[in-house]
Amino acid sequence: MNRRYFLQQASFTAFSALATIGTHGWIARSAAQSSSLAPKRLIVIFLRGAVDGLNVVVPYREAAYYEKRPRIAIPQPNKVGGALDLDGQFGLHPALAPLMPLWQQKSLAFVHASGSPDATRSHFEAQDNMERGTLGLSGGTQDGWMNRLLGVMSGRNPIQAVNVGNTTPRILAGRVPVATLALGRGAARPLPIDRPQIAAAFDSLYSSSDAVSQAYKEGRLARKAILSNLDNETKMANNGAPLPNGFAGDARRLAQMMLKDTRVKLGFMALGGWDTHVNQGASQGQLARNLEQLGKGLAALQTTLGSVYKDTTILVMSEFGRTAHENGDGGTDHGHGNVMWLLGGGVRGGKVYGDWPGLSTNQLHEKRDLAIMTDFRDVIAVTLARHLTLSDSNLSQILPSYRPLQRNLPLYSS
Amino acid sequence: MSIKPYISIIAVALSFGLQTHSQAAIPSDPKILHAINRLSFGPQPGDLERTTNLGVERYIQQQLNPNTIPESQALNAELARLETVNSSSLQLFEQTKLPRLGKGQKPTPEQRKAYQAKLRRVLDQAMQARLLRATESPRQLQEVMVDFWYNHFNVFSKKGVTRFLVGAYEKEAIRPYVFGHFRDLVGSTARHPAMLFYLDNWQNTAPNSPGARGKAQGINENYARELMELHTLGVKGGYTQKDVAALAKILTGWTFRRAEQPNVGQYGFYFDAKRHDYSDKVFMGQVIKGSGISEGEQALDILAKHPATARRISYQLSQYFVTDQPPPVLVERLAQKFLSTDGNIREVLNTLFRSPEFWDSRFYNAKFKTPYQYAVSSLRATGAEVTNFRPVVGFLQQAGMPLYGCLAPDGYKNTQESWLNPDGMTRRISFATALASGRLPLLAPPAVSPALEVTQLSNTLGNSFSVKTKQAIATSSPSLRAALMLGSPEFMRR
Repeated sequence: MNRRYFLQQASFTAFSALATIGTHGWIARSAAQSSSLAPKRLIVIFLRGAVDGLNVVVPYREAAYYEKRPRIAIPQPNKVGGALDLDGQFGLHPALAPLMPLWQQKSLAFVHASGSPDATRSHFEAQDNMERGTLGLSGGTQDGWMNRLLGVMSGRNPIQAVNVGNTTPRILAGRVPVATLALGRGAARPLPIDRPQIAAAFDSLYSSSDAVSQAYKEGRLARKAILSNLDNETKMANNGAPLPNGFAGDARRLAQMMLKDTRVKLGFMALGGWDTHVNQGASQGQLARNLEQLGKGLAALQTTLGSVYKDTTILVMSEFGRTAHENGDGGTDHGHGNVMWLLGGGVRGGKVYGDWPGLSTNQLHEKRDLAIMTDFRDVIAVTLARHLTLSDSNLSQILPSYRPLQRNLPLYSS
Repeated sequence: MSIKPYISIIAVALSFGLQTHSQAAIPSDPKILHAINRLSFGPQPGDLERTTNLGVERYIQQQLNPNTIPESQALNAELARLETVNSSSLQLFEQTKLPRLGKGQKPTPEQRKAYQAKLRRVLDQAMQARLLRATESPRQLQEVMVDFWYNHFNVFSKKGVTRFLVGAYEKEAIRPYVFGHFRDLVGSTARHPAMLFYLDNWQNTAPNSPGARGKAQGINENYARELMELHTLGVKGGYTQKDVAALAKILTGWTFRRAEQPNVGQYGFYFDAKRHDYSDKVFMGQVIKGSGISEGEQALDILAKHPATARRISYQLSQYFVTDQPPPVLVERLAQKFLSTDGNIREVLNTLFRSPEFWDSRFYNAKFKTPYQYAVSSLRATGAEVTNFRPVVGFLQQAGMPLYGCLAPDGYKNTQESWLNPDGMTRRISFATALASGRLPLLAPPAVSPALEVTQLSNTLGNSFSVKTKQAIATSSPSLRAALMLGSPEFMRR
């Protein structure tokens, strides 16, 4: 054990001794990460509503793409409003231009024709599957894979995982509590519970170890950590330079916490508005506006993470793709295969991964959707194994009933 | 017994016993409190006494038959002041129309602003009316069921016309049927413009039909899928993608109009025969002859009467009223009642409220409140007359349960797993503290001494706190005691 790791563990232990929390005190239980010096971070961004991956990473060499999407296709590179060429076969939606430097620096990769092999076209069921990391409702797991990941990570602390948003999503739901960073600028606004006299009175009400008391105590500790980490932001706000509301602002707040506080290992954000059944637009329009917002948020994450970015993976996923054909309303309906995104220092980027099944009607899933060649759990598993250096037995705890198909996906540099 | 707890108990007795020494700390009958906790949004001052005098059985029967309970005159007067709440969907379409402009003319920034302000006002008033009724109406079970069924047939208030229609949707499609037959709710929601817009069926059109044009040129399966998956059968209810596709065809042409016209229904529903698919369909193993609007009615009949639907609704009612993981035997009993009474909701509820599972004392005060239930029960407990609901609307937003703001059609869940989280606890305690101290700008707090207020609050809640909570309250500063009651572990549950 090296010295730095020891100090880190010692400070966690001291922290948990002060906090003395009920049944699962935050003393490190395993040393899964002991092999690496700097703590590795993982941020998952879920695009709720099923983003149209075919218009994000555009297969611009496919005639079938343009045949099936006369109104909404993204033109080929070098045409007006054209895709930004990635590798001579695929192009990026032009609204994502702010991410091209990351692509050129080889820290942005895509896995195309990926997703959940489950056949459902229900948003809720598909999101549920992806967040639980299993297929079908009979999978037996009710907690989310990121919560199970927390369960095998070392250095338990109240802000080890930060959810941006107000309700705990399925992906983080489970036995291990997570902290919440409220959306928007109000994240650091003072609350009554921040006053010592009020806090002391409620502390005596919630001193037991039952679930509600546990949640209360986690909330108090997370609140303290968030207030101290966002302290600078409040000062900035007073100088008239507040971080904006919206996705990019939230992304910067999360990145700021991760940069300042080595205890924050996992982050989760969700962004909605992708269910483009109607008037999806092409190079401009509804989807383009949403992608622009997402691109700005991802760029903000990268710049704000600063020195921590090299130890971070950002994984962007969505419940399923959309139909290869555009529909009668200038939109697309619920489909199957999609594209997953990976950003980060260790990512072997500048490449579109995954086998490409093609878009001719006979190559499509049920003759309507992009087929799935890479299971979404392959991408998660490689990230857990290579980025977070988890063991196979940890992997099978996090992704039960998963049999690796594409473990050789070379998504990370060794 | 050591001396220390003994002293604490004396302190508790002293602090609660200043005014009414003999009765203040007497815990109420747990059965009465249980009935009030589940059939209402929690006790108001005097509720426990009134219900004790009435008897639990009569209380339940009255609540199941809200017309036997006189509505509050004060509430009616407050609702009458919200002018848009009394407008129908068609009137709201009329009232929210953009001013008629000449060709090529665009609305001025002032016109745009006025339009946005009007839309906000309609939604604000709808939220105010919902919270007023939930807080003040003596017909509490009716208000509980409005919350339940609205969530079941959820419509999100930030999509196009739903911005001004959610209140009218609740009034026209949900409220009249909360104790009726389930088929009524399925039918009323299927025909309401808010639902038709929210789940896109207004665009659902037979391709190449004579009426196909503009945004309505093809099949849109969205509503058909959610109708089966969420409103009726449930995701494992034994249907396939083929049934979804057939139902979507059956429902082609189900749309709405924004003004009264011949053949336009009361609330704007319109069957556009020119956009309907007249082919014969096979739906859930039955042949449905292509005939027009009656196909949809047949399909709704099949769905509303299906055993999978009976089980799903029974499960949800049991989960809402009994426990997060309801006993299968209870669900099955309710499903049988549902099937034998043609989906009579009042009968199913009556069976539920008489079941041994409902009265199993393990489940008393065991349901973790949703943020909505927490906020409304807090307001009721204080007996505060609220005229400004903005702080409550703000709390619900922060707690992740914005009113009329659930984006997904499955509505809000009501389980502990969904709502117990560290940040949620922080928010609740902040809300409780602000409310108890009179700092929540609902209205000027009633001018009563803190000690009396605390005693009254404790009595209202049946003096049902644990010894630990009583000790924490007794040893805290008097100015914090009401906050500690509303923020207590006991009050987080119902």
